[in-house]
Amino acid sequence: MLAFTLRRAIQAVGVMIAVGIIAFSMFRFAGDPVNQMVGMDTSGAERAAIRKSLGLDDPVIVQFGRYVGNAAQFKFGVSYQFRLPVSNLLMERMPATLELAICATIFAMLSGILMGVYSALRRDTWLAHLFQAISLIGISLPTFLIGILLIYLFSVTLGWLPSFGRGDVVRIGWWTTGLLTLSGLKALIMPSITLGLFQMTLIMRLVRAEMLEVMRTDYIRFARARGLSTRAIHFGHALRNTLVPVITVAGLQFGSVIAFAIITETVFQWPGMGLLFVQAVQNVDIPIMAAYLMMVSLIFVTINLVVDILYTIVDPRLRSTVSRAH
Amino acid sequence: MTEPVLSVRNLQVEFASRRGTLRAIDGVSFDIAKGEVLGVVGESGAGKSVTGLSVIGLIDPPGRIAGGEIRLSGLRIDNLPPEEMRRVRGKRIGMIFQDPLTSLNPLYRVGEQIIETIRTHLNLSETAARRRAIDLLAEVGIPAPEKRIDGYPHEFSGGMRQRVVIALAICAEPELIIADEPTTALDVSVQAQIISLIKRLGRDHGTAVMLVTHDMGVIAETSDRVAVMYAGRVAEIGPVQDVVRNPLHPYAKGLMGAIPTLAGDDKRLVQIPGSMPRLSAIPRGCSFNPRCAFAFDRCRVERPEPLPRGAQSVACHLYDSVPAESAA
Repeated sequence: MLAFTLRRAIQAVGVMIAVGIIAFSMFRFAGDPVNQMVGMDTSGAERAAIRKSLGLDDPVIVQFGRYVGNAAQFKFGVSYQFRLPVSNLLMERMPATLELAICATIFAMLSGILMGVYSALRRDTWLAHLFQAISLIGISLPTFLIGILLIYLFSVTLGWLPSFGRGDVVRIGWWTTGLLTLSGLKALIMPSITLGLFQMTLIMRLVRAEMLEVMRTDYIRFARARGLSTRAIHFGHALRNTLVPVITVAGLQFGSVIAFAIITETVFQWPGMGLLFVQAVQNVDIPIMAAYLMMVSLIFVTINLVVDILYTIVDPRLRSTVSRAH
Repeated sequence: MTEPVLSVRNLQVEFASRRGTLRAIDGVSFDIAKGEVLGVVGESGAGKSVTGLSVIGLIDPPGRIAGGEIRLSGLRIDNLPPEEMRRVRGKRIGMIFQDPLTSLNPLYRVGEQIIETIRTHLNLSETAARRRAIDLLAEVGIPAPEKRIDGYPHEFSGGMRQRVVIALAICAEPELIIADEPTTALDVSVQAQIISLIKRLGRDHGTAVMLVTHDMGVIAETSDRVAVMYAGRVAEIGPVQDVVRNPLHPYAKGLMGAIPTLAGDDKRLVQIPGSMPRLSAIPRGCSFNPRCAFAFDRCRVERPEPLPRGAQSVACHLYDSVPAESAA
């Protein structure tokens, strides 16, 4: 088990180095960084001095090593537009994005699993058909449109919920949270639904399909022959067997939830990393773009690792193959 | 004779399909007494498994019991409300399925599954149920049960898993065990062990056993009586020695003729020409008539009813005392 985790961790480091190469090459292909930093009237000698002080004269491989070394310590250089360390900017924005992503995922998991189980067990009821219809909408409507529709309905027409921002936040150490104030919670509702809707429909359809599949297996038939209660069969035996693929999808989707938060954050002017990234793209702020790339990849890789470990907890068969194979 | 544990009368099971209603079981009747093993044989599709599933009330839609009666120790069970039938399953009727590899939930320890079943049916504490589970595993011949009880199904071999399945089937001391092809998925050497285990359990606990199989060897070794099924009907039923040594129904004769012997006479095994009709195309009269060497006019128009013949009962016009001419 330890060897397995270690092996996966080493693979993860490999992926991160590959991402580092891409992030690093963004600097080299997006023009001379010195030009971005100095004014028009800076002399050639001064430019050379800056170039030397920044280490841009060193061989590429040395520069790359330095970049990765710094990135590993969460030093991503200074933003061109804000003149502030990128890591500070990201840290400041990260709580907003993570809170949004976590709320969206919880919303997606809870309602997705409930709706999926219901529509699998009560296949021909009108509610199950309604869920199917909702899932079709969730899959086919683009995120920004759902966000705008929600704003139109709940902010503009009904005036129940704020249309933008995070509401009041409370500061706990370096972390800012909107979960502790009423306005923060209210502000969280619509962005979470917008961001989580696609995941919800995905999970719902997955749970439904898996549940129908599992209900046909021999061990469910045998569980019925043993006279277990319907409740125990559905939730104890069937649902748990559907959870392995659900964990995979929900886990991998959590990475994309953070990545695609860009759109939701733009629609709701949510002060998170995604909004920061969009502004960085508009201003060709390479250090932020590169750092964002690294951050999102790190989150993806970490989640993958966690999902792999979670499998072995849910499915005992993997536990023994894992320990046998390594 | 006392009341039979299981009494099936004129059972009819239908499946609704796009091409109309198919009758999978058509007028099956038999009894199983306490401690008795009834073997049910027949080709694939003869309705053996469907009979077993309808007794335990697990016929899935679009299938349904369309007629007849099933009584368990006198209590009619074919029309019980679902919740009451659930309490009969596992408690009064245990079932063993064909494939032990897929019968157990892979995500739970075998002990958890046994304890769950015990506690569903018997009012026992967790520790008492666990003790009982260990005893059960010991009884079905699993070595070191106090250790193995915490194993997962994939850590058991096929034969051992079938033993666990049997332990699950008997954990509430049922009156009747339905074993649906319990040995088909197992090695020949393991088959013999499982068969003798089922036989021993039936004897020790006085449990009635309905053993569904297509293996005549298994039937001959295990059963007290045997029912030969063909196209959803019982062709012949009787004590196993009689039916094996002196089969009456032409189909039963064909089946027995197809059993190889160790005596080594180099005659070719007799083969029944043709194959069983599909449910959608069961011939008029006796469903066996197109394949029967003895078929006469009456067989093609009139369906034969079971006729007692000594200890046996046979559904064949050859044994009807009424002359063929007058009946037609």
